[in-house]
Amino acid sequence: MSTLSRRRFIKASGALTIALIATGVFAGSAFSADFPTAKVNTTGLAVTDKTVKVGILHSATGTMAISETGSIQAEKLAIEQINALGGILGRKIEVIQEDGASDWPTFAEKAKKLLVSDKVAAVMGCWTSASRKAALPVFEKENGLLFYPTFYEGLEQSKNVFYTGQEATQQILAGLDWIHKEKKAKTYYLIGSDYIWPRTSMKIARKHIEQHLGGTVVGEEYIALGDTQFGSVINKIKLKKPDVIYAAVVGGSNVAWFKQLNAAGLNSSKQTMLTISVTEDEVLGIGGENLAGFYSAMKYFQSQDNQENKKFVAAFKKRWGDKSVIGDVTQAAYLGPWLYKAAVERAGSFDVDKVQAALPGYVFKDAPEGPVTVEENHHLMTKLRIGEWGKDGQAKVVYTSDYIKPDPFPKGYQ
Amino acid sequence: MFGYSMAEIGNVFVMQGFSGLSLFSVLLLMALGLAIIFGQMGVINMAHGEFMIIGAYATVMLSKFAVKYDFVNYYFPFAMIVAFGLAFAVGYLVEFVLIRHLYKRPLDTLLATWGLSLVMQQIFRSAFGAKEVSAELPEWMLGSFKPTPDIDIPINGVFVMGLTALITAGVFLFMFRSRWGLRVRATVQNRVMAGAVGINTKKVDRITFALGCGITGVAGAAFTTIGSTGPTSGSLYIVDSFMVVVFGGAASLLGTISSAFGIAQAQSILQFFMTSSMGKVTTLLTIVIILMMRPEGLFASKIRK
Repeated sequence: MSTLSRRRFIKASGALTIALIATGVFAGSAFSADFPTAKVNTTGLAVTDKTVKVGILHSATGTMAISETGSIQAEKLAIEQINALGGILGRKIEVIQEDGASDWPTFAEKAKKLLVSDKVAAVMGCWTSASRKAALPVFEKENGLLFYPTFYEGLEQSKNVFYTGQEATQQILAGLDWIHKEKKAKTYYLIGSDYIWPRTSMKIARKHIEQHLGGTVVGEEYIALGDTQFGSVINKIKLKKPDVIYAAVVGGSNVAWFKQLNAAGLNSSKQTMLTISVTEDEVLGIGGENLAGFYSAMKYFQSQDNQENKKFVAAFKKRWGDKSVIGDVTQAAYLGPWLYKAAVERAGSFDVDKVQAALPGYVFKDAPEGPVTVEENHHLMTKLRIGEWGKDGQAKVVYTSDYIKPDPFPKGYQ
Repeated sequence: MFGYSMAEIGNVFVMQGFSGLSLFSVLLLMALGLAIIFGQMGVINMAHGEFMIIGAYATVMLSKFAVKYDFVNYYFPFAMIVAFGLAFAVGYLVEFVLIRHLYKRPLDTLLATWGLSLVMQQIFRSAFGAKEVSAELPEWMLGSFKPTPDIDIPINGVFVMGLTALITAGVFLFMFRSRWGLRVRATVQNRVMAGAVGINTKKVDRITFALGCGITGVAGAAFTTIGSTGPTSGSLYIVDSFMVVVFGGAASLLGTISSAFGIAQAQSILQFFMTSSMGKVTTLLTIVIILMMRPEGLFASKIRK
């Protein structure tokens, strides 16, 4: 009796298991059945009937972890949301996360690992230009796909990279035009950290100020990365009395710069400043009271009032905690997985060449920053916004430009 | 003169003088703890910056607490005591676990403390997150002090200067006027002999190391008024600290003070007349040349070799 019941039990449960698996398969493949793996993946990427592997390659440790953590969080959030909607072509995204450890050769090495041994279909990653430049040859040689989130100095365009942040001219020109018109600024003091992005940006800014705005640059200064003593520079600024300080100071120096500026009596009631290196992330360290009244030129601010952004901010806080803030790059990183999904669906294939060809021309309507278009040069056509910082660490958007075409190789600015 | 009025130049001269003094006090405060540890004990402590960050994080945490319970205006002195206590305790522990086994192998302490610094950075990162944070400053420390309408003297700079003077005086009293200081100096000069006259040299080592760490912790607390605090901020200070101590002559506190003064003034003045980076380069070059001519630093203690 007991054996019989056990047999019946096994039979019944076996049938149940088979039924469950079958429904699971059908439910999962309801969409992917239309796109058999053999067809959508002809180059041996890690794409199965149910999953597609995507890499995330940022610094989770080291100096840059400060900045890159937000990007990792945004990319994971986007991927989780995409998976909740059924994935890409019916395939759930599986994340393989690698740590670039703030060390540029490591980025190249990990990119190689992701592309060659994991065969990921795409990579969301890199943050600093140095890390991108290190990983770029790997992506070009292995024909990988990189979605790069940071606003950067331009002068680059690779068929293997989509740049979801702004290139320099998109961030600089419209901002300078605004401050010139709005604040009647004639004299400018340029100050930045001493590496490629601020130097290239200031070169473009100087050309624009001198040739197009008829203004003068009364000082140009670069501070070693990590330097925290600004006394002499601030005194120089006090002597020159520029209408506008145009700043691109980054990292720990940024905090010292604003604190000391304020302590020296140069707050927003006495001095106009436009910066291209302060997002909500940096404000955490700088402190809203040291920034209040100064301006940032970015394409995105957390305080933007549109529906898509409100949804995004709510989802981000729900996933990563109420205290998290969202800066420009974090939002740009969030675009990466969504653009990838759109590109694959437009191409009807995961093959890198087809995905590359399919993405330009795509308009991402639901982007938190507002609709963006992917241009032929793999950069996004976006708007520029000027935010005025408040004591609470949030910026009020005081100006939104028209759409600006990306121009990574600007004529007359090099 | 150059299109500026004499008054303007005068004002900038005053503020520039102050910014030099302010840099001097920052460098000195950074280097004091190291001067004790490296100068007196000969231990190359690569985790010096991380001890500073212990103090900084203590201050940041306390400031959050202070905001919550509404005593922001008073917490700072308290924070410095906590910073000292914490850094002292960690220093004591580190000496006991790590350093004391390596006194006879100075180059190994370099490697061991460097490893320690990496471990501490990762602990900070895991405990406080990778993002840089800032302490909420008391109201009285913000803004500037104005003797005339055109001169701004940053109050936090004055605060750091006062603190540096106080701590330097304290260290001097401790080293040259107290029994403990006598024991420390005796141990440094001749360990065997000091032991023979009944000084517990191991205990002296431990307290000296911990004290150096404690002072470093206070420096970290003070620097929250100037910069931000992150897991790796300590590495920003380590080079400057060593530069000051080595340039001054390792075993001399007076040397540390004058070297901090010289470096600060040179850098501050050069940065005013050249660009920032060129000012720094010129200062460093000068230091290298002087050290080539005087390898023991500015104030070498006279020891017969």
